[in-house]
Amino acid sequence: MGMVGGGTAPGAGAATGAGLLDVRDLVVVRGARPVLTIERLEVREGETLSVVGPNGAGKSTLLLAVARLLPWQTGEVRFRGTPLSRANELAYRRRIGMVMSDPLLLSTSVFANVAAGLRFRGTPGREVRERVGEWLERLRVGHLTDRPARQISSGEAQRVSLARALVLEPDLLLLDEPFASVDVAVRAQLLDDLEALLATTAVTCIVVTHDLDEAVRLGDRMAVLVESRLGQCDEPERVLASPIDEKVAAFVGVETRVPGRITALHDGLVVVEAAGAMIEAVPPADPAGVYAPSRHVLCCLRPEDVTILAGPTARAGGSTLDSSSQPRSSARNRVGGPITRLVPEGPLVRVSVGGPFPISALITRLSAEEMGLAEGLSVVATFKASAVHLIPRTG
Amino acid sequence: MDPQLLAADTGLGSLAGGDLLEITALSLFISGLATAFSLLLGLPFGTWLALSRFRSRGLTLAFVNTGMALPPVVVGLFVAMMLWRSGPLGDLGLMYTPTAMVIAEVIIATPVMIGLTVAALGQLDPRLRLQLLGLGASRWQMVVWLWRESRLPLLAALMAAFGSVISEVGAAMMVGGNIRHETRVLTTAIVLETSKGAFGAAIALGVVLLFLAFLVNAVLTWAQQRGPRG
Repeated sequence: MGMVGGGTAPGAGAATGAGLLDVRDLVVVRGARPVLTIERLEVREGETLSVVGPNGAGKSTLLLAVARLLPWQTGEVRFRGTPLSRANELAYRRRIGMVMSDPLLLSTSVFANVAAGLRFRGTPGREVRERVGEWLERLRVGHLTDRPARQISSGEAQRVSLARALVLEPDLLLLDEPFASVDVAVRAQLLDDLEALLATTAVTCIVVTHDLDEAVRLGDRMAVLVESRLGQCDEPERVLASPIDEKVAAFVGVETRVPGRITALHDGLVVVEAAGAMIEAVPPADPAGVYAPSRHVLCCLRPEDVTILAGPTARAGGSTLDSSSQPRSSARNRVGGPITRLVPEGPLVRVSVGGPFPISALITRLSAEEMGLAEGLSVVATFKASAVHLIPRTG
Repeated sequence: MDPQLLAADTGLGSLAGGDLLEITALSLFISGLATAFSLLLGLPFGTWLALSRFRSRGLTLAFVNTGMALPPVVVGLFVAMMLWRSGPLGDLGLMYTPTAMVIAEVIIATPVMIGLTVAALGQLDPRLRLQLLGLGASRWQMVVWLWRESRLPLLAALMAAFGSVISEVGAAMMVGGNIRHETRVLTTAIVLETSKGAFGAAIALGVVLLFLAFLVNAVLTWAQQRGPRG
């Protein structure tokens, strides 16, 4: 077996977009329980793959397995085409950099912390000094060089931790919840800086986070782990707009998920009967004929795609299509019902509407105030047919 | 000053000044050597025990912890049975020699070193090992950095190991025999002087023993406290 990632290894120096890491049929078992199952996951050279999912979904387990710091029971991980093994794991780990959720700095100076990885690799002293100095400056912690690492703030410590990984100029950077230990203000600044660094260094990166916004912002692609399995891996916008199943949909913020049955197709639209209401939706390309009458589907709707109508007509409105008693709108769907809950979220308000099925809308606080929204008030929620995402389901 | 006169003037009775230096030096030599061996044996084994996960690990730890409380006189008995002329190692002729005393004291100090090494490394964040390996450390480099990170409790372990052997008397008496100019150390000399009713000499030896323990621990404490505290 060749050395991992060596100059002559298959795929070495490949152009951006070629496969750098390939995870196949990976199963990690803890105790007697599988804590991670990945059928296939590929990381391309130069991309940032964000791995997101709820707590306990196996995100950190995936990262540790990929770093070969956690044994797996079956499957394999290939780095530039070479399967990772005990024989080549040290060589492999010397081509990666790793940052954990806590900085885990050593009880020595900031300089020695950042130099540690280079010294493990036997890098000459002069080069160590130059590279450490450069990366401490790039992470804006150059002034802390000689300070004991345990005496700096958590934000500074995480910057030092990032410098410690980036100074290695790794082929693959692994970040495990890198902003989990810092406060909101520091987090925003760190996120900006990390985004800029990832763009300028073009290093291949896997970043694990439980924050969906962070994952969308950092990732060229986003892998959603749900219940120890890879639910979906695609461009963030596609995952948000077209979740592959209900679990992924729930995680990526699709709050309205209504099971229904297709009753008709007309004018390129699908009509779904769901909880007694009729919902019109634009189906995706359907060469396999999945969206045919009598098929069961899950209608998914993001709260930001829902508009709330309030006023006399809304109060009289019901859960109907083409109701002539309500204002005309291009939105094909209208669902009436009382407001069951109003939750302020910064400048926005989350409005939960009852009715034939619960529906959630996200509107501005100003709109809510102008409409005089209150719990118990009858309103009509409208949404476009193109905003409804359909997921096929069995009976 | 004549050593005999010094002994008489200071109430040391039959204990000559030359003897005092010899006894003190032998105490320090035997305890130092035993501590060094316990470090060589205990640190690697304790590290392995702290970093490994295997089925009988709990049982092994229980044995080590029991070993930390081994009565020196029982250790002395065991070593004496091994080294006695008719014992399995009797042909080596080690009974009543400093070597036999070092063997007994290594057996006393090593479980202390192992147990406290396990405790010292156990206090570290378990993710630190993963972080070091993730930075490209080899197993050996990782272990060295873990020792550096836990240097304060590890030096405390060394002090405890030294303390356990410099102060013990049971094993030293049983396998050393308290032979003048051969195996007499501070603790066995104190027992002898006390049995003779020479309490002045026994107290003086006790003070020397305390001073010696203080001196060694002061050096180790200084080593423990220096360097970046971070």
